[in-house]
Amino acid sequence: MNLAEYKGVFVFAQQVDNEVSGIALELIGKGKDLANDLGTEVTAVLVGSDVKALADELAAYGADKVIVVDDPELKEYRTEPYAHALASVIEKYKPEIFLVGATAIGRDLGPRVSARIHTGLTADCTQLEIGDFPINPIPGKEQLHNQLLMTRPAFGGNTIATIACPNFRPQMATVRPGVMQKLPKDESKKAVIEEFNPGFTPDNKYVEILKVVKSVVDTVDIMDAKILVSGGRGVGSAENFKLLDDLAEVLGATVSCSRAVVDAGWKPKDLQVGQTGKTVRPNVYFAIGISGAIQHLAGMEESDVIIAINRDETAPIFDVADYGIVGDLNKILPALTEKLKAEIAAK
Amino acid sequence: MDFMLSKQHEMARSLFREFAEKEVKPLAQEVDETEVFPRATVEKMAKAGFMGIPVPKEYGGQGCDILTYAMCVEELSKVCGTTGVIVSAHTSLCCDPILTYGTEEQKQKYLPDLAAGRKIGAFGLTEPGAGTDAQGQQTKAVLDGDDYIINGSKIFITNGKEADVYVIFAVTGTVEKRGRMIKEISAFIVEKGTPGFTFGTKEKKMGIRGSSTYELIFTDCRVPKENLLGKLGEGFKIAMHTLDGGRIGIASQALGLAEGALETTINYVKERKQFGRAIGAFQNTQFQLADMATKVEAAQLLVYKAAMAKATQKVYSVEAAKAKLYAAEVAMEVTTKAVQLHGGYGYTREYDVERMMRDAKITEIYEGTSEVQRMVISGALLK
Amino acid sequence: MKIVVCIKQVPDTKGGVKFNPDGTLDRGAMLTIMNPDDKAGLEAALRLKDQYGAEVTVITMGLPKAEEVLREAMAMGADKGILVTDRVLGGADTWATSQTLAGAIRNLEYDLIITGRQAIDGDTAQVGPQISEHLGIPVISYAQKIEVEGDSVIVERQYDDRYHVLKAKMPCLVTALAELNEPRYMTPGGIFDAYNAEITVWGRADLKDVDDSNLGLKGSPTQIAKASDKVRKGAGEKVTLDPTESVDYIIGKLKEKHVI
Repeated sequence: MNLAEYKGVFVFAQQVDNEVSGIALELIGKGKDLANDLGTEVTAVLVGSDVKALADELAAYGADKVIVVDDPELKEYRTEPYAHALASVIEKYKPEIFLVGATAIGRDLGPRVSARIHTGLTADCTQLEIGDFPINPIPGKEQLHNQLLMTRPAFGGNTIATIACPNFRPQMATVRPGVMQKLPKDESKKAVIEEFNPGFTPDNKYVEILKVVKSVVDTVDIMDAKILVSGGRGVGSAENFKLLDDLAEVLGATVSCSRAVVDAGWKPKDLQVGQTGKTVRPNVYFAIGISGAIQHLAGMEESDVIIAINRDETAPIFDVADYGIVGDLNKILPALTEKLKAEIAAK
Repeated sequence: MDFMLSKQHEMARSLFREFAEKEVKPLAQEVDETEVFPRATVEKMAKAGFMGIPVPKEYGGQGCDILTYAMCVEELSKVCGTTGVIVSAHTSLCCDPILTYGTEEQKQKYLPDLAAGRKIGAFGLTEPGAGTDAQGQQTKAVLDGDDYIINGSKIFITNGKEADVYVIFAVTGTVEKRGRMIKEISAFIVEKGTPGFTFGTKEKKMGIRGSSTYELIFTDCRVPKENLLGKLGEGFKIAMHTLDGGRIGIASQALGLAEGALETTINYVKERKQFGRAIGAFQNTQFQLADMATKVEAAQLLVYKAAMAKATQKVYSVEAAKAKLYAAEVAMEVTTKAVQLHGGYGYTREYDVERMMRDAKITEIYEGTSEVQRMVISGALLK
Repeated sequence: MKIVVCIKQVPDTKGGVKFNPDGTLDRGAMLTIMNPDDKAGLEAALRLKDQYGAEVTVITMGLPKAEEVLREAMAMGADKGILVTDRVLGGADTWATSQTLAGAIRNLEYDLIITGRQAIDGDTAQVGPQISEHLGIPVISYAQKIEVEGDSVIVERQYDDRYHVLKAKMPCLVTALAELNEPRYMTPGGIFDAYNAEITVWGRADLKDVDDSNLGLKGSPTQIAKASDKVRKGAGEKVTLDPTESVDYIIGKLKEKHVI
């Protein structure tokens, strides 16, 4: 692998049902930053069937170039034809950086591709920048420049590590939705398209899709909410979430939940906050009957104000709550909702 | 003498603890308030093999030692005294006598279902007129052809109406002993549903309220003579020997109650603030906790020693008696102190300690009162 | 049917996480557990064993202490346990880890390999798919349901807003989500049997078709430039009041912070 041959920042432009995913645009935004630091371009890699028309949107959000891999085999995501697509793109175009969204798709595709190429992959990065490795010079060791430094949490969010991939290319990273910013849209930009099809011949690694079942999602995305009223196992039942619904209504807030609630079947997964759910940064986060397992904290501890209500005074949530109330949510919530209604009506 | 538990025993303890925390603890308060037998929990315990821990594998049990069984009752009782006694009575008072005194046919017939928790066991010795004075039995079993006909009643029977297999004691005649005529007592295995076997009142109790405590009534109840357990006249010996093992189970229950109360109290005194500090900062509190912790550990050592004795000795009555006597009295003391250290809150049902205190009391009474244990111990000393 | 389950012993970051006074992680005080996603994978394998009489082998790569997690798996019902341990394997990133496990698994006969989706310490979700790449078999990640039909597996594969029902021919690899099932408890008898059973221990020499250049710290494409324990946002105020006072307290704070 001649590292010098590898140039350019590539981004996997995830699309589902021929709609570009938000994460793709966020990665193009960040990719542009990195490309500027390196004096190179950011290229979006669009993979799917009949997806060429989406290329302009990618350009509008900053992609200098769009490589389109279009084939009927790529209509629905499957690990194998998509891994073959990306691996072939990488082999042909030799990018120095390849970014993928840390979605249920990206966290499956990324590792398979990085293993096929034999390069390093860093998952769930919260920060990406160009820098030196080693960060501080070490006598006797060559200090490499223009390396991608990938920062990520580990240990359930208790450790922050910065990773480099000095000897292999491309340097690959996955990034969670909502972490990076997309650039403002510039409709005037039109895509510079290059079509590429490496050929797709089904082999033993191809799986068969028997059925696609979409979840009926009728709710506000919790990641957009300014105030979240979040419930945990302590709420006790699906029915009892009414107390949270009432409070949320009076505050103009959105209801979210912990993983225990999703596991119990009381709420759907898209309301889940946490390591394996969504990362949220609302102005106010009410943690109601949530114990505060580290995996949950990882998804909400960046909230501006955390208010916790829990019967158990030893619950770990109190270690991060700005305001912790030890008490019975069944008594406090209805009273709080009533008083707030009165306060707001009085204004 | 090695005081360290093996890796296997440590792993077993963490299994029991995880189960207790996850499956039993959340229901403890409700079981106590509603007095409903936690049948669903029993099914889960059955699935995990908890209903036949010391029963040999050939009879469908787990084939573990008595210490492992004691630790199970201990960990369950830490969070729920009711659940602890369900396992203890079932295992020590029903599985054990059938295993020890049963014929091969009886063992094959009853143990697999009991060990798998498909059936629950119970032990009927106590009568209205025969508590500590067990010899005061009045229930009779009369041979009639191929059956025994049983008449009489038993009270305060643990697992009462929920059990399926009962080890019942009855008077089958009189025998001469040291120049006197005394009652000949024999043991029988009686199945629920046998015509003539009905249930009387459910006891309303101070504690272990989820435990099914019932009166058993026998009215011309016919039991095939194959159901005689052990030899005719061996009943009293079987009862006493079975109770020796049962005392280890109850000692474990008492130990668990004490440990649970101590643990929750330690957490409480760290959090509860009065006079600007955690009450755990006051020396009075600290010294009380020190005493409680020391007594609890002493109790644990006696319980584990008794468990080891049962596994290795033919006779272990004294070890069992010491363990039960001490653990029960420590449980009562520690749970009472726990309520006191919780102050007003400890008296309310918001906190677990008042239930633990109510649960602890019975351990000084059943399966031989503390007075009986003292009789056993001093009897051995002054032989 | 032969199933290989990859499991990992991890610090219990979900439960008793302890912090030092300076807000950093007190690793020494943390208990170790079987990674939850892996446990669900093991339970899925054991259910297939209950249903079809499959043979379940558990394998782990780690320090010698990791044998505890193999014993736990065997106490739940796994038939065989393999510990892959060797000094030279240490410091591995996901590439080197997956190379190691693939090298070990090449010694085994298998129809299905099950791994957890991700471990609660590394949180990468990479090792499973990478193992499947090294072995050249299909992978289905994020399994929320696993069934067997003849020579194939039928898997419900979870996405952010939908799921696919996929069919893959064995041999293949599936990564399991913790929500896949409720794992069974060990049994007391199972624990003692597990400690009486023999665990196979493999070292570097036992790995098949793996180059030294792909193992351990030296074989890891990714390297750590910097690492520090995150200092947790500290605790704020905590109060124990009656419900009316609690409500007033909360409203007071909401006003203070200009939320209302």
